[in-house]
Amino acid sequence: MTFSAELEAKFAKLIGCYPPGRQRAALIPMLMFAQDEVGAVTPELVAEIASRLSLEPAQVEEVVSYYTMLRRKPAGRHHIQICTNISCMLNGAEELWEHATRKLGIGDKEVTPDGEFSLEEVECIGACSWAPAMQVGYEFHHHMTIEKFDRLIESLRRIH
Amino acid sequence: MLHNEPSPLEVKVLTSRFELPDSASLETYAAHEGYEGFRKALSMKPEEILGELKASNLRGRGGAGFPTGMKWGFVPRNSPKPKYIVVNADEGEPGTCKDRVLMENDPHQLIEGMLIAGLAADAHAGYIYIRGEYRYLIGIMDHAIEEARARGYIGRNILGSGFDFEVYTHTGAGSYECGEESALLESLEGKRGVPRIRPPFPAVAGAFGCPTVLNNVETYCAVPVILRRGGAWFADLGTPKNGGTRLFCISGHVNRPGVYELPMGFNLLRMINEVAGGVRGGKKLKAVIPGGSSCPVLKAVECDIAMDYDTVAKAGSMLGSGGVVVMDEDTCMVKAAARIMRFYSHESCGWCIPCREGTAWLSKLLARFHSGAGERQEIDLIGELAQNMLGRTFCPLGDAAAMPTMAFVKKFRDEFEAHLDGRPCPFENKKRLVTA
Repeated sequence: MTFSAELEAKFAKLIGCYPPGRQRAALIPMLMFAQDEVGAVTPELVAEIASRLSLEPAQVEEVVSYYTMLRRKPAGRHHIQICTNISCMLNGAEELWEHATRKLGIGDKEVTPDGEFSLEEVECIGACSWAPAMQVGYEFHHHMTIEKFDRLIESLRRIH
Repeated sequence: MLHNEPSPLEVKVLTSRFELPDSASLETYAAHEGYEGFRKALSMKPEEILGELKASNLRGRGGAGFPTGMKWGFVPRNSPKPKYIVVNADEGEPGTCKDRVLMENDPHQLIEGMLIAGLAADAHAGYIYIRGEYRYLIGIMDHAIEEARARGYIGRNILGSGFDFEVYTHTGAGSYECGEESALLESLEGKRGVPRIRPPFPAVAGAFGCPTVLNNVETYCAVPVILRRGGAWFADLGTPKNGGTRLFCISGHVNRPGVYELPMGFNLLRMINEVAGGVRGGKKLKAVIPGGSSCPVLKAVECDIAMDYDTVAKAGSMLGSGGVVVMDEDTCMVKAAARIMRFYSHESCGWCIPCREGTAWLSKLLARFHSGAGERQEIDLIGELAQNMLGRTFCPLGDAAAMPTMAFVKKFRDEFEAHLDGRPCPFENKKRLVTA
């Protein structure tokens, strides 16, 4: 597989971060950064990273299956993650979640047919004091309301 | 940036630079006592650094509250193996959002804390394990690391002292369990985040099988000021055996939710009423989870207490990670218990059967109860199931799930009974609108 020059540089830096003989430690960061570029952890990506770290593909697979942020299929161009854990729930996150499923016409871990949006109900994202909270990709959105959600979706639709 | 207005009741020690312009920059940090604690530590013996830490009564801010000075003292400095400094920035305990603001607003404070830990433990490399969802903090921390390197605070022969130290960031990929120290180390090494059996503890065999100092972000962030002003000064800010201030993350049904830095031992009711502006909409307080979702719930009448590790423990709960979740009179305790258990069931790593099976069954039982399909004898079954998980797992996730459940059943049994015989949830018609 070929990656961008930026990602190759990141890989090189990562592999140099850990003690000699402990390059496996770079596995999870490499998967995360590669997923950002490739869109998903594909079988080809698993094989590529396994070979770069001298691991068996099964050793990479067992890691991929454990972590919730690593995904086998691409998310939408805008990945909407709504927290419904306790502090968000107390502030209306369930209503926000239900509204989001209706507004986008998709359920948990689904992608809109045009590939624009995907939706995921997530556990605590560390924004409890500014609940209800959500993330679009890695970007936080605090103090959400249904109106704010609609405005956000419309503004994201316009970004191409 | 700050995500909420500060409170005049705050005692700003770790957050003292938060409101300065460009607070994350080395320039701002250096102009406001930055790296002075480290400079001082450079001229001290490791035992003297540990002495200040012990005198400070600083206790681990991740949740367990273990005395930091003692923990650092367990690292065998004379071991021929390399030693490591690891920062637990896998903040994930529901109700907790403080490490995020510490890294976002003052990343150099964390780096300085790591450097001092490096001097104390004879370590020359440190890793900051940042939860995957906090990706933006990797950019902030990496930038701060490069600034520090350019000024000679990181790298070889730091400030001409002969001391070498490197700092690296490391991203997680979505796992609450990786906030548990031994699972974090497994994850750091590129494996599934399942816990290790202890002993040996990380101080002896941690990262890459080597002696490791492993603490929460906030714990390291408290170290520079302790070196600068002295352990006794820090200890005096709090209550006996509970030194300093801590960042409390107030969330739920209050008028001014937010992260606030308050002295250890600050009264919980004052925290809710004065710092956070009281319960929203003039409603009555029903219950508070004082330290993140794994801490047993307190009824309103139990909340007139000092928020330090020992007082909250005496009240039957834990100070935990500082996540204060406030619930008003309209909150359904069965629903709260069910939501929290759903989380633990989702996050159980599956390594220990009592936790894997217990959290899944409890989650199903509690959800069924909330739907009105529970049966009377099952109220005791919930408590029994939880009881049987306690102490039977490698890591505390099983306990973290069991303890709050037992408290919900014990303290709010009437609410569980109110859901019996197919009755709809008595609180369901009080659904909240999403408010601005």
